[in-house]
Amino acid sequence: MHFQLAWRNIWRNPRRTAVIMTAIIIGVWSMIFLGALMRGISDGMVRNGIATLTGHIQVHHKGYRNDPVIENSMTDPEAVKTALKNALPADAQRASRVRVNAVASNARHTAGVTFVGIDPAREAGVSFIGRAVTEGRYLKDDDKYGIVVGKALVDKFETRLGHKIIVMSQDTNREIASRAFRIVGIFKAEMQATEKQFVFVTMQAAQRMLKMKNGISEISLLLPDAKEVDTVADSLRAALPSADYEVQTWRELLPLITAYLDIYDGFIFIWFIVVFIAMGFGIVNTTLMAVFERIREFGLFKALGMKPWWIIREVLAESFFILLIGAVIGNILSFLSVFALSGGIDLSSLAAGSEFAGMSRIIYPVINGRDVIAANLVVFVLGLLVSICPAVKAARLTPVEALTHT
Amino acid sequence: MSIDVKMAWRNIWRNPRRSILTISAIAFASLLLVFMLSWQFGSYETMIDSAVKIHTGHLQIQANGYNDKKGIRMVVPDPAAAGSILNKTPNIAAYTFRANAFSLVSSRERTYGIMVVGIDPVREAGVSALKKLIRQGSYLSEGDTDHALVGALLARNLKVGPGDELVVLGQGRDGSVAATVVRVKGIYRSGQDDFDRSSIHIPLENFQDVYAMRGAVHEVVALGKSLDDLKEIKKVVTAGIKKTDKKHRMVVLDWMELMPGLIEAIQMDIYSGFIFYLILIIVVAFSILNTFLMAIFERTREFGVLMAIGTTPGRLTRLLLIESTTLTMTGIIIGIIAGSLITLYFQDHGIVISGASEMMKQFGMPDRIYPRLSMLSASIGPGAVLIITFLTALYPAIKVRRLRPVKAMAGV
Repeated sequence: MHFQLAWRNIWRNPRRTAVIMTAIIIGVWSMIFLGALMRGISDGMVRNGIATLTGHIQVHHKGYRNDPVIENSMTDPEAVKTALKNALPADAQRASRVRVNAVASNARHTAGVTFVGIDPAREAGVSFIGRAVTEGRYLKDDDKYGIVVGKALVDKFETRLGHKIIVMSQDTNREIASRAFRIVGIFKAEMQATEKQFVFVTMQAAQRMLKMKNGISEISLLLPDAKEVDTVADSLRAALPSADYEVQTWRELLPLITAYLDIYDGFIFIWFIVVFIAMGFGIVNTTLMAVFERIREFGLFKALGMKPWWIIREVLAESFFILLIGAVIGNILSFLSVFALSGGIDLSSLAAGSEFAGMSRIIYPVINGRDVIAANLVVFVLGLLVSICPAVKAARLTPVEALTHT
Repeated sequence: MSIDVKMAWRNIWRNPRRSILTISAIAFASLLLVFMLSWQFGSYETMIDSAVKIHTGHLQIQANGYNDKKGIRMVVPDPAAAGSILNKTPNIAAYTFRANAFSLVSSRERTYGIMVVGIDPVREAGVSALKKLIRQGSYLSEGDTDHALVGALLARNLKVGPGDELVVLGQGRDGSVAATVVRVKGIYRSGQDDFDRSSIHIPLENFQDVYAMRGAVHEVVALGKSLDDLKEIKKVVTAGIKKTDKKHRMVVLDWMELMPGLIEAIQMDIYSGFIFYLILIIVVAFSILNTFLMAIFERTREFGVLMAIGTTPGRLTRLLLIESTTLTMTGIIIGIIAGSLITLYFQDHGIVISGASEMMKQFGMPDRIYPRLSMLSASIGPGAVLIITFLTALYPAIKVRRLRPVKAMAGV
């Protein structure tokens, strides 16, 4: 009966109810929609970071991260591979790489690059390079002198597909090793910095140039289920002797992005609270008004025997309905908006800015279940809490005072 | 007129609780906006300041196309001429010359490809923060020839310290081999990993010698006395360059063109902030719309009487608008004062965001954020609140015109 009463009561003044509902609708919509945008940005950053060679987990020789030089390569990849086979889930992808700092040059230009020797087939399953080649072709297993470089590097070096490029680095004998490669493919990446930084050759070509025999610099792993990253990393650490190897997850390898994620979490929650406070004033005000113009009515109820607790319950039920409808419509609107923008928001006009901030050029809003639940909880719980005050006021009046109230 | 104001004021306080809630809502929104905008502007200032002082200066004179390609042959052939133009330009705080070349640098155990930067030690100290970033050893002095400053991360990778030797191998301006040996004099740490990992600084004269520059440089870097003078400075310098540069090979670039990423990132931040604030104000507006509506509908009889004794609808509307404006202004003034006080407190003490200090270091910022209160930040937000609340109050105030005295007095 309370609910029936409450429902009819809120529609006794349609305009007032509609106005406060609109405030709630806009508030809830903004919470979820803007939250989805922010999640889209941070998700994009994580995805980009993982695809740009990081993968979910990496295995290195112990000193490699501090000093990514050729002395710190893993000279016995077979031992590592056996340990991996046991610790990894069935459909994890694995790719080994040679990865050293090098200098690339041609007749006109010189630049520092990261020289990466890959196993083309395996690498395609782990990082972005398999899909990223836009001109020419990807590497083949038997490419002795083929190299794949980024579009921005090609532009900077004023060169073209089919031309030569020389790569110089330090080999295992601490001598300078250099070799000429021919550009067989050009890749494009999310960020120009990636295109300028990485050059790819086959692992055998890199090992031969650097006289590494079978050594490799790192193994990168992509797991089918991102949530298992920490457990798999731990089992790997147990399997490999920690004196020689280190295992790291993407969170440890990309501390900047991890920091961003934490900040976004905090940001989104603060936004929820701020929006709620803005709505909260309206909710309190409206409930107060709804109660005070019906003081005589409540007086009558009490005189007829309605308990004070029932009055509170009734007022709270009214608030509940307004919050419910507002929140439902707000949720629906926000899902629709996110769906409408599922093609992504294009930031290309601000490309340099997004690159500076480490974001991708297209943002895909992502609805995060936790955010939706948090937003709705904030609205309902706090909304009901602030309605308690006017409700209690209504319940406290004695029938005589109430009935004589003008 | 003043009786309207008196009436408006008294009307507001006929229902104190409702008025206080409304004023609080508006004050909350204004406070938040003042604080957030001050925060945003403060952080932009810090970002620009750091970036400008570590790398680019406010303005640079370069060869056309150098900023994109950084080819060693794209030089400013007559640095002295550029210098004299800068000397005649008002509001320049300092300027210096730089030359860059990508080269191989070898220590006993390691070799890396890095950027060798030729600097004028005396002038450089006035333009960039390099001198203050020296952590080990000492800065270059005027007479130094074969000394070098090395970034901290690079020094670690090369495994060198002050006093150790480095071999430098690159390509000169004329295509010849450029080779020399330098001794590490000082090690600097800027906090920006990229910078600390990939450059060494040697005296400009030595650079010009080794790389066969024939007296040319790549960048003439100028620092203005303040960011506000920049437009003027750029105009004067560009005019001066045009006069001497017949072949149109020089350009004058400001920090926005040198680091387009920075200005665009700032723009993105402003746009996104704008969206958030707008939504916030709209939510507040709807929240208080009910107050304005109620204030009118419970006084229908009163308005009926007023109209019956001769108040024109226009005057009634004006009365209501004065009421809502007074409410709004009170809220805004409280919000501005409270917001300014909070901002000023943090302007002094800084705000530490745990977890953000890593990120800030990479952008070259100190690990605290200092919001900056300014006329702009204190007025834009509350101004927007004022406009939107006024529009909100307009709707009920205009509805009042439709009242017919008899019906109104008969009650709702």
